[in-house]
Amino acid sequence: MVEDGIAEMGILGSLTGWGLKKSPWVYHLNAGACNNCDIEVAELLTPRFDVERLGVQLAGSPRHADALMVTGICTRQIRPRLQEIYRQTAKPCLVLCLGACACTGGIFHDAWHFAGPVDTVVREVDPDANIAYIPGCPPKPEAMISGLATALEEL
Amino acid sequence: MEQGMSYGAWAVIIVLGFPVTAALGLVFQWVDRVATARIQWRKGPPFYQPFADVAKLLGKETLVSHGASMGVFLAAPLVGFTGTAVAASLLWAAAIYPELSFAGDLIAVIYFLVVPSLALILGGSASGSPHSGLGSSREMKLVLGYELPFILAMVPAILNAGGTFRLGNLISAQADGSLLLGVPGVLAFLCALLAGHAKLGLVPFDQAEAETELMGGVELEYSGPALAMIRLMRAMLLFTLPMLIITVFWGGLQFTGLGGLSTIVKFIVLLVVVVLIRNTSPRLRIDQAVRFFWFILAPVAIIACAWALVFNYYG
Repeated sequence: MVEDGIAEMGILGSLTGWGLKKSPWVYHLNAGACNNCDIEVAELLTPRFDVERLGVQLAGSPRHADALMVTGICTRQIRPRLQEIYRQTAKPCLVLCLGACACTGGIFHDAWHFAGPVDTVVREVDPDANIAYIPGCPPKPEAMISGLATALEEL
Repeated sequence: MEQGMSYGAWAVIIVLGFPVTAALGLVFQWVDRVATARIQWRKGPPFYQPFADVAKLLGKETLVSHGASMGVFLAAPLVGFTGTAVAASLLWAAAIYPELSFAGDLIAVIYFLVVPSLALILGGSASGSPHSGLGSSREMKLVLGYELPFILAMVPAILNAGGTFRLGNLISAQADGSLLLGVPGVLAFLCALLAGHAKLGLVPFDQAEAETELMGGVELEYSGPALAMIRLMRAMLLFTLPMLIITVFWGGLQFTGLGGLSTIVKFIVLLVVVVLIRNTSPRLRIDQAVRFFWFILAPVAIIACAWALVFNYYG
């Protein structure tokens, strides 16, 4: 979807495509995570990893975001809100399923409160959504950086 | 001069006023971000980062929420952006063609520099989000707070130039740096610097955005090209305000030889001061900020004015 748009728009399109790869702003959404992934996300901003090197910034609002970083299994309560936040995000955008729970449901797969996994919930809103998976419990910061970089390359 | 400006002069000023100011402003923003990163022991973004941010935002979707009044919401960033560009053009014009500056263009510059804040207030209140509304109300209070010391701070420079509001005369009156040798000049310079810091909306005066409590405040609901306009506007302000301060207090812009070098050094010094203030202070509460401007900075500016008046009269 995004690639078609870029091809149509010529020079301006390739410029904005370059910008999208070089400056992904991330909105972090906790969809029922145990907070472990979130702690590792905070790690990304510390001097040791410093993702601002790659242009990554935490956005305060989904309207500013280029990537929704979703952690957690997507519980029944968060499900409509996750869909609403995906609608509020300015397209083109990327959804990053962070951690085993967001990717598959993990050990909560048969639990009562499980309403995910995240990718199916997002695809109900937008079947063409760009979704990337970063597994791990929690994923290492290196894995998150690598996952984000790979996802942006493929975008 | 009777002929008015030639087309060439217009072209130069328009090019300098918008594309050059925007590019320099984005470079300044990069310096700000990288210096912030170094202060926090990080590496910081590459030099093209602010350019990439703007380029990306131009390609994004523009969303308008249900509660927003769409016309005002989308017009506000354009208005603010235009105001900044016009203010920058006036300052460039005064620097390059000082003989062409018209009576009272300092006042015009001050007016146009209020436009970005007004545009943010309008856009924030039109966006229909309570967070943006709160940001707008804070921006309004902040404008009421810092405009008084900011305008008062210009008075010593005006008196020094013999009571003229023409930027060309203001520059020639203190091109030798004599204004900053006296006490009123220094006090006024400091007042203008701090009020300008609030105009830039940087910590400790970033109550209107306050990304940790209002998630972006006035710019919360903006996305895509509209947000790019706001980012560009902020970048251009980051260049325009030091330019105004150098023009009015610190010898004006020079382009050749040693003067050109010293102008660059002056810009760097002002930028470093801004970055250091931003990184070493916490955000003030809005009432503390207004109190600071009204009861500390404004009296200091008034003292500077009075001193300059007395000095002018007897000296």
